[in-house]
Amino acid sequence: MHDTMVDYEKQMGLENFHPSLVKGPVGINMNSLGEADLFGSEPKIDARGVNFYYGSKKALNNINLGFLPRRVTAIIGPSGCGKSTFIRLLNRMHELVPGTRLEGEILLDGLDITGPACDAAELRKRVGMVFQKPNPFPKTIFENVAYGLEVNGVTDKELIRGKVIDSLKKAALWGEVKDRLKDSALGLSGGQQQRLCIARCLAVEPEVILFDEPCASLDPISTGKIEELILELKKEYTIIIVTHNMQQAARVSDRTAFFLMGELIEEGRTERIFKAPRDKRTEDYITGRFG
Amino acid sequence: MNRKKERLIKYLFTTLAFASLAFLIGIVLVLFKEALPIFAKVGPKAFLLGESWYPTAEPPEFGILPLILASLWVTAGALVICVPLGVGSALYLHELAGPRQRAVLKPVIEILASVPSIVYGFFGMVILAPWLQDTFELPIGLCVLTTSIILGVMATPTVASIAEDALSYVPRSFREASFAVGADRWQTLTKVIIPAAGSGISTAIILGMSRAIGETMTVLMVAGGSAVIPSSIFDPVRPMTAAIAAEMGEAPVGSEHYNALFAIALILFLITFVFNIAAELISRRFRLKLGLSR
Amino acid sequence: MNTHESAIASVPPVRQPARGRKKRGLTQKIGFAALAACMAANIFFLGAIIFFIGLKGLGAINWAFLTQAPRDAMTAGGVAPAIVGTLYLTLGAIMFALPLGVASAVYLTEYSPKGWIVNLLRVSVNNLAGVPSVVFGLFGLTVFVKYMGFGVSIISGSLTLGILALPVIISASQEALVAVPQSIREASLALGATQWETIRKVVLPAALPGILTGVILSVGRVAGETAPILFTAAAFYVKGYPDSPFSEVMALPYHIYALMTEGTHPEEQTRIAYGSSLILLALVLSVSMIAIFIRQRQRKTYHA
Repeated sequence: MHDTMVDYEKQMGLENFHPSLVKGPVGINMNSLGEADLFGSEPKIDARGVNFYYGSKKALNNINLGFLPRRVTAIIGPSGCGKSTFIRLLNRMHELVPGTRLEGEILLDGLDITGPACDAAELRKRVGMVFQKPNPFPKTIFENVAYGLEVNGVTDKELIRGKVIDSLKKAALWGEVKDRLKDSALGLSGGQQQRLCIARCLAVEPEVILFDEPCASLDPISTGKIEELILELKKEYTIIIVTHNMQQAARVSDRTAFFLMGELIEEGRTERIFKAPRDKRTEDYITGRFG
Repeated sequence: MNRKKERLIKYLFTTLAFASLAFLIGIVLVLFKEALPIFAKVGPKAFLLGESWYPTAEPPEFGILPLILASLWVTAGALVICVPLGVGSALYLHELAGPRQRAVLKPVIEILASVPSIVYGFFGMVILAPWLQDTFELPIGLCVLTTSIILGVMATPTVASIAEDALSYVPRSFREASFAVGADRWQTLTKVIIPAAGSGISTAIILGMSRAIGETMTVLMVAGGSAVIPSSIFDPVRPMTAAIAAEMGEAPVGSEHYNALFAIALILFLITFVFNIAAELISRRFRLKLGLSR
Repeated sequence: MNTHESAIASVPPVRQPARGRKKRGLTQKIGFAALAACMAANIFFLGAIIFFIGLKGLGAINWAFLTQAPRDAMTAGGVAPAIVGTLYLTLGAIMFALPLGVASAVYLTEYSPKGWIVNLLRVSVNNLAGVPSVVFGLFGLTVFVKYMGFGVSIISGSLTLGILALPVIISASQEALVAVPQSIREASLALGATQWETIRKVVLPAALPGILTGVILSVGRVAGETAPILFTAAAFYVKGYPDSPFSEVMALPYHIYALMTEGTHPEEQTRIAYGSSLILLALVLSVSMIAIFIRQRQRKTYHA
């Protein structure tokens, strides 16, 4: 652990003096890009020198990328570029797959979350996740939202009820389900299920929400609702969204990171990335020349 | 605190999960421990190949060849019945039965499998044996033939359901490819689907065989019980399981007879163990061949 | 018109001679008829067993048969103690095998790292399932009756039957747990639930119907087994009902065996054996049908 930190500092040193020697691109944690957005705020989550392996296969190569609080950061890139792999590191969901290895540091509010000192369950309460396919539990609507509170030791029935209603409202689902909280969640439509999963995530009061292609299995109308919701939620939360849909990235995000073949190619304000990409590969992807 | 509890629970589950292995090892140890004295006394060769089983005579004789041969005869006879019937039923279910028929027929097979062996034994004793005796004018109804028929019927659902599983793993594309070159359904079945499911079907047969050779109550009631080497399918016999079940009650604990019965159980266990391992290996290869991970 | 025909005729289609095709169709017909006959044989067997045992068994069964103890040297009276004994033995076996079986299945599907341990345990479960039932009987005799000193008793019989039921419960539970989608495990973990909370509150409830099916199937299996209780629990005749886990019991399957092989009044005893067989058959088959019914309903709800 300590060794990697030393390595990392070495890298930092190198990077500061010889930018051309750094293999990976540089995210905002290096605060050298001079984009107006960053001044005055520290990144909520900061990945530094992250390498990731499935067995012996390297899936992510030297990722340096920070995420600003109360902003939406989109991660885009072609299939298999490592974007989903990357956000699963941020709440340690990668640990569910055996035989993986992570190098480097990921800081949440300045504290490393990758080591054994950090409890994965505690971390996931702070960094929530919404998945590609809606995955409600085979329980009632109410129980689904209350679940996270229960496992976090909330026993006060009134408090739970209040939180459930609150979360459903925040997820813009309350109007549609308020009369059938006791029905099975599996009876909801796909879009409603996804908003239920968002409500379930909000009930735990996370600080960061990871969206892993949340609209991949939804129709355009449901997609629109989720996007509106994301824009609403960013007032309170740090949001990271992985998407293969560039229009979606352009619509909802403040910042965009482009991944290609396990590397971070470029990161910056969304408008700038889409209008004036600095890297040829980013431009090719955005203009649809590959992927 | 939380993490300590999590780890404790995991250890608890790990320990409990090893129970099956522990029981299996326990069975082996018990059988070996109780069986060894008789091997030491008689010698494995005389025990296995001895042609006389007179455990209570004076002096006793412990040759279990008649019992082994009896088991092999009735099992072989059972295979003659359960292989065609079991595999045929599986093919029917897979190939010819529509969803509605399947919804009825699969439960029929499962229910047939759940009929207790004592009921099969009773049925064989009071219905089948007298009927066979009258019809074929046999000297005795309780014999290899009757036992084989009953064991065959008992093993049929085992073979059928495992073979049906194996057939369902054969990818649809095989069938489509065969139809596409103009084969009819029968040709597709015999030339493409059966070969593709072949090792899965042989697993089914091995497990059916394992079921038949280990079956106790039925053979105890129906096989006739005479411990001589059979010379025809109309002879009464005493298979290994029947000998253990019938004689254990009378063998004094720790006597040579007692040890000899454990030794028979050990041989029986080893035979079924080999069958099960063979089935396991074949089915693993089968899954690999069809590219299935599980 | 003409030109079309000539064009087709000029390219002769690849076809088998007509006779070959006819023969092919015939082979298929015969083959399919043979398969149908195989299937029909199963129905015939089941029908024959139910018919013959039902026919003569019903004549033996009345209220007294179900509620009284045997009388007059097993030639009259009922089989109530044997029914009760079978219930005790089955209940005991399930109480032992259920927690152990579900825990093993949970370990194998939820906790175990992939690799040789899982393989070893899976192979031992499969092998345990294939051990002849009389061998379980010998194991129970040595370990529970003798070594642990439980004697020939309900508890020895229950434990022996429990080991026999263990692989059934493990495989059924494993199947049910594997069918629970990975996505809802992830959802629970992502909310900060620990692994155990996830298993207890999400995975096990979702797998419950499948586990239940396995338990019911094993009840049917255990209730009908005879060989494992021959030397560990069963007695031909016990006066009154068992009053402690350490008493010998009568059990339906053993009762049938004993009636057919012991005693001095074969005629009368056969009649009672018919009645007992019908009760056992009805018990076991209805239990299996319940399990099958639950499973089919469950499959439907999964698809909906």
